[in-house]
Amino acid sequence: MGINKKIVVLSGKGGTGKTLISVNLAAADGNSYYVDCDVEEPNGHLYFKPQILEEKTVSVLIPEVNNDLCTGCKECVDFCKFNALAFGKKVILFKEICHSCGGCALVCPVNAITEIEKTIGLINIGISENVRTVGGIMNTGEASGIPIIKNILEYIKDKSGYIFIDCPPGSACIVMETIKDADYCILVAEPTIFGAHNLEMVHQLVELCNKPYGVVLNKCTDGPNPSEDFCKEKNIEIIGRIPFDSELGELNSNGKIAVRENYKNNELFYSLLNKVKEVSR
Amino acid sequence: MKQLLILSGKGGTGKTTIAGAFIKLYNARAYADCDVDAPNLHLISKHKNLPKKKDYYGLPKANIDLDLCIECGLCQANCRFGAIDYQDGYFVDTNACEGCGVCEFICPASAVSLKETVAGELFLYKDDSVFSTAKLKMGSGTSGKLVAEVKKQLLENTKKVEIAIIDGSPGIGCPVIASLSGADIALIVAEPSVSGISDMERIIKTAHHFETKIAVCVNKYDINLSNTEKIEAFCADNNVAYLGRIPYDSLAVMAINSGKSIVEIDCPSGNAVKAVYARVIELIQKEDNL
Repeated sequence: MGINKKIVVLSGKGGTGKTLISVNLAAADGNSYYVDCDVEEPNGHLYFKPQILEEKTVSVLIPEVNNDLCTGCKECVDFCKFNALAFGKKVILFKEICHSCGGCALVCPVNAITEIEKTIGLINIGISENVRTVGGIMNTGEASGIPIIKNILEYIKDKSGYIFIDCPPGSACIVMETIKDADYCILVAEPTIFGAHNLEMVHQLVELCNKPYGVVLNKCTDGPNPSEDFCKEKNIEIIGRIPFDSELGELNSNGKIAVRENYKNNELFYSLLNKVKEVSR
Repeated sequence: MKQLLILSGKGGTGKTTIAGAFIKLYNARAYADCDVDAPNLHLISKHKNLPKKKDYYGLPKANIDLDLCIECGLCQANCRFGAIDYQDGYFVDTNACEGCGVCEFICPASAVSLKETVAGELFLYKDDSVFSTAKLKMGSGTSGKLVAEVKKQLLENTKKVEIAIIDGSPGIGCPVIASLSGADIALIVAEPSVSGISDMERIIKTAHHFETKIAVCVNKYDINLSNTEKIEAFCADNNVAYLGRIPYDSLAVMAINSGKSIVEIDCPSGNAVKAVYARVIELIQKEDNL
């Protein structure tokens, strides 16, 4: 087996350029994996337009009550910490808030509860030129995409090559899950006080998780850059800068991959890729 | 009180910038930031007093008493979240633990108990206006519940306010669903990119699930005019109220970076957002008269 490097691209704030950077790094490397962990709002496929090779539904277990056996003791309702069960004339389940812990089936004294599968979304594996794409999509109305992300991460666990992982925004459990196996984290930040504030949050997160990391400053202008100031203050390595540029913005808004359009002779993303390979070695 | 919620699906389309402008224009006396994963509204809102802080307890987390543990492994076998590990004894990975209580129930030696854990912090600013916000602790998982607490804190501290303005979070999952609960109208800030369109369609579907009334505006419309027109056509085809366009504006960045809302300086985006604001208020009041 060859090299296996998981490079996670994240930012506390949304819309800073996570997808732009992870898509272009994967495309620049060529023989790589692009993994979209934003299963609530996946966008990477809009750029790669992959040929889908495999699709799998992801389901979770939810309880089903056999009302002929149920004695109405309400032990399951009392046990459920998520308040996903209530009792009217019979047990009522609020599917969306069930965490699939299986507790209700365990506590039922008459075995009236069995667990059945409920589909919450799917994962798909595809290919675009030489880039293998892995992604997932959560059904609308569902509360948590974590089981889908777990499926995605399981799939890429022992894959070889550079694996670029596009993270969902925020710094909650879902992001923690995604960076658990990371070899290197790229924090993407934009030059606003919002960007700097959220950079500070993901910075804390990667420090907490003890991961090596560096910052890419996106949408840079000649004006002040609060995110850059933060990096300098904390002595954080800046591994790349992407200027604010309407040509890049237009390519990106049309779902085009900059490195496949030979944007600015491809200097920007290829040198960023080399830098990433160097720092993640 | 009516709740005007601002959402987008995709992150970074301008929710907080627009919420900040609305708060200023309406001279809002009640507002909240429901983006508990990455709150930012407090950076551009001005308050004389420091906020009142309150710990937020998520669901309790399991804890194993090693003096009582008989190492039977039942807790690990029954945990659906992979939250129980073994290294010189069983222990709980508190980041993975969802506090369901199965391990406590299954343990034959009563070695497992659930312990209250701080999962974040709530902030309440109260002077001329009431501003409720919160910050989830790193890696914590109960953002939906914290969003509900932010809204509860706002409601408990305001009286006789016509419209409350609520800044939402990106995505379509639990924090968004929690913020939709009780909202009278969700204004979706769309961005004219392929990602922005795809994400807008998914947040609209999600709002429909919960039967929340929606309206759409386009921010940074001039970065891609043909995509802006696609969004407008989508709204027309799907009977979604469309409230207007806001241009990309480098002055907006300057306003934000000096802690101001875009209507506090003279700039193109500030002027455009005023028109969107007038239409959304009209929409809420029209609703009232029906």
